Amino acid sequence: MIALIPRKDIPLSLTLLTPVVAIALTLVMGAIIFGALGYEPLGALYQFFVAPVSHAYQIGDLFVKACPLIIIASGLVFCYRANIWNIGAEGQLVFGAIFSGWVALTFPDLSVGVMMPAMILAGILGGLLWAMIPALLKTRFNTNEILVSLMLTYVASLFIDWLIRGPWRDPMAFGFPLTKNYADAALIGQVSFPGIGTLGQLHWGVVGGVILALVAWFVLARTMIGFQVKVMGDAPRAGRFAGFNPSLVTVMVLAISGATAGLAGMVEVSANIGQLQPNISFGYGFTAIIVAFLARLNPLAVIAAGLVVALAELGGDSAQIVLGMPKVVTGVFKGILLFMLLAGETFNRFHVEVNGVEIKWPGNLWGAKPRKAGA
Amino acid sequence: MEDLILTVLLTSVPLIYAATGELIAERSGVLNLGVEGMMLMGAVTAFGVSLSTGSLFLGALAGAIAGALTAGVFAIFVLGLATNQVATGLALTIFGTGLSGLAGAPFVGKAIDGMPQIAIPILSDLPFVGRILFQHDMLAYLSVVIVALVAYFLKRTRAGLVLRAVGDNHHSAHALGYSVLGVRFGAVLFGGFMAGLGGAYLPLMLTPHWAEGMTSGRGWIALALVVFASWMPWRVMVGALIFGGITIMQLAGQARGWAIPSQFLSMLPYIATIMVLVLISRNKEFALANSPACLGRIFHLGK
Repeated sequence: MIALIPRKDIPLSLTLLTPVVAIALTLVMGAIIFGALGYEPLGALYQFFVAPVSHAYQIGDLFVKACPLIIIASGLVFCYRANIWNIGAEGQLVFGAIFSGWVALTFPDLSVGVMMPAMILAGILGGLLWAMIPALLKTRFNTNEILVSLMLTYVASLFIDWLIRGPWRDPMAFGFPLTKNYADAALIGQVSFPGIGTLGQLHWGVVGGVILALVAWFVLARTMIGFQVKVMGDAPRAGRFAGFNPSLVTVMVLAISGATAGLAGMVEVSANIGQLQPNISFGYGFTAIIVAFLARLNPLAVIAAGLVVALAELGGDSAQIVLGMPKVVTGVFKGILLFMLLAGETFNRFHVEVNGVEIKWPGNLWGAKPRKAGA
Repeated sequence: MEDLILTVLLTSVPLIYAATGELIAERSGVLNLGVEGMMLMGAVTAFGVSLSTGSLFLGALAGAIAGALTAGVFAIFVLGLATNQVATGLALTIFGTGLSGLAGAPFVGKAIDGMPQIAIPILSDLPFVGRILFQHDMLAYLSVVIVALVAYFLKRTRAGLVLRAVGDNHHSAHALGYSVLGVRFGAVLFGGFMAGLGGAYLPLMLTPHWAEGMTSGRGWIALALVVFASWMPWRVMVGALIFGGITIMQLAGQARGWAIPSQFLSMLPYIATIMVLVLISRNKEFALANSPACLGRIFHLGK
């Protein structure tokens, strides 16, 4: 009989190894799937994971791609740690973009010093308010936050579509569904390195994203808020005995993740697009879920995880251009990666016993002997 | 008016399949959030097989099997490796959306022959459907039969009782000698088979072409329907008809030139889903009366 036995302590090496093994297995399975679909597996993997970072300026672009993922995942980590399943970050991102876009388009003459803080606050507020819908429905009526947050994503994308094709459309855009261009003060500038100049499209939002991840780590690891979040996720009963309010934690984690998603929407538009359009995100809100899990729900690791997943995103573009693969192929990688990470989680929490014998890798994987008779 | 009702029926069929399958999986205690992914895999497989064989029947069957295989992946992780059900379900949806898009890339822009041409010969092979129901009604008719069978299975058969026992208290069921993981594996596969069939219905019957992500949230609405139905099969059907009606209302509204922007009409099914979920869940007794007690909980051998 094969049984999973909970581990008493988890070796650090295992914790660190899990994401690495998961990525390696994902590549192998990706190659197999490419082969099965008639692509040349190694060539496809090259286009995916090497070609996008073969020039220095592309490193900057990698960070740009990772930026919204890092920002959103830093907030989602709080939700998932608390066992609250916000999967609607995409919709919250859209509302962050709408709110900050309203500021940029309504008051185009603000100075940079006023415009930027106002847009950041508006973006945060937009995402936060949109996330309050599932939060309040969950706490008031016990409505499933997974379904509500997801449904609201569809509503949000339809809403921005209406805004931009309708009331916010720039009459000078020759009928294209676009708003007016943001004023310069509303744009996030590129980072200019002394002596080197700009690095690809690397912008200040990336710097902000990395700082945000550090702040998120601090809040989760070192503050009472973070402690409450973790307790409510791991041991809700203990949390209630300790006097923590589950509803408050639910509202809080959804507020945090909504705020970060909204901020990501603001940054994405201000740094990369410069005006609102019907499609401002390429599923970043969903991809960030994988980033959060790749980081094993640790905000510090979110930075590295964001870069890894961003590489797959850029790889999808590269494979689309060079190999003519559809863009959704990145989804295959992302799905497999998430599967592998979750499986890795199991081997972290449990060890496997076959007929009472613990399987250790690679020690006794072949030819295991029972420790004691009848164990 | 007859056309309208017919369209409502058509629209609700994929929801009935997917939600009935998910209902069985959930009754066994497994929450599979991958319905959308399984439906898409079913849809793309069904379209591809119909395109190459010219047989709608083979297409639907292949779609259902593809859905079951996709569910098998989910089952291996959730049951075999005791992974978190919510996250694994999300992985399945992401994976299924991606793989169906990749596999379906060659089919984009192709159309299978109009429904009457391919559907009529197969239907004439089926004795009891006969001439009474039209081409698209084969699967629609079957959906009613399946809901009836599932309702009977859950309420009146021993196997159904075991399934519910596994979903309500897996430790007791295990102690009684039932294979918790075995029952759940079967239930998840059935859920995938149904989701695949529901997905197959989209490119075969509703719109005779394949498009990436063509389910557009139907998998999620099916999940909401199970909650709406409070885990009772016949209520799934009522719910699916209501949602079919709401979806059609948007088309009818557009056709009649209502002064509402089309985007707001398109929001209706999603907003209705949220409202229905709220109405159901605020009444705890009703909402949870038939809710499987072990829904989403991990069962593993060994303490």
